[in-house]
Amino acid sequence: MTHAHTATMGPPAETAVGSGVYNEKLGMWVFLGSEVMFFTALIGSYIILRFAHPVAWAQPGQILNVPVTAINTFFLICSSVTMVKAFAAVQDGDQKGLRLWLLATVIIGGTFVAIQVFEYVQLFHHGFLPSGYREGAELTEAAAQGVAWKGGPALPASVGLYGTTFYTMTGFHGFHVTMGVLCMLYVTWQAFRGKYTSTDHRGVEVIGLYWHFVDLVWIVLFTIVYLI
Amino acid sequence: MTEPATKHAHPNYIGIWLLLAVLTFLELGVVFVAHFGKLFVISVLVVMAVWKALLVALYFMHLRFETNRLRILAIAPLPLAVIMILAVITEYVW
Repeated sequence: MTHAHTATMGPPAETAVGSGVYNEKLGMWVFLGSEVMFFTALIGSYIILRFAHPVAWAQPGQILNVPVTAINTFFLICSSVTMVKAFAAVQDGDQKGLRLWLLATVIIGGTFVAIQVFEYVQLFHHGFLPSGYREGAELTEAAAQGVAWKGGPALPASVGLYGTTFYTMTGFHGFHVTMGVLCMLYVTWQAFRGKYTSTDHRGVEVIGLYWHFVDLVWIVLFTIVYLI
Repeated sequence: MTEPATKHAHPNYIGIWLLLAVLTFLELGVVFVAHFGKLFVISVLVVMAVWKALLVALYFMHLRFETNRLRILAIAPLPLAVIMILAVITEYVW
């Protein structure tokens, strides 16, 4: 590594000591700490609303398409693996591996967002909106008739709270994934330009932390929103 | 120049991926195939979700290999999150 390269790529020595990690990584962890509180606020609100109004929620799988979301969950888990494989590749100095794994992460992450959009379109079509049932839709009719629905009991008479919390939580998560894909595109582009080396790959590690956090949040959301 | 990450042997990422996939599959089985009580199902789902989250945090985010100082930074928001959840639950429980 040349002296000039070190001067432009490496953080100043006086800012690198103290915390034990370089500044970008420290900054990402602090940001993720704030994200924990952000999603805790959403999840906390969800829990209190669900405890207070249990009849406003349908049984798992009655309204939401759990099989499709389970496949999407699997995709997000796969994208975490491709991301960490990209990180391992750059640590080992494998430039080709880095680019391929990053590209795979972008594609799988984009697929997750596309499937979530498909899920929203389907739910809107069936009549499940953030404000509740859509007038004249299939779900609205079933709820009005009070008949058993998809192997479960009758649908709730009103799903305004259910819709609001569902779209808020999954929507904010989807927004995070979308931002992650966009940032990952930039990192991938930089990887193809040869920016990251086995000794300096801060961009890859920092976006990786964000990506895995988004995966971690989805693990929690999938459980409490779709399965419970 | 600062090293970007602590040097360590790569964990078995594919093995962890398989475990995450199996746990997700089991979650679906507990909800849709087996007929257990609601409280049992919720308990099992929470345990599996925590297990999956720990796998991601420890191995994919490399917290297992980080310094104690960074681990403390990473878990610092969790007690605050628990306090927040307990605080909002009191709206309903008490």
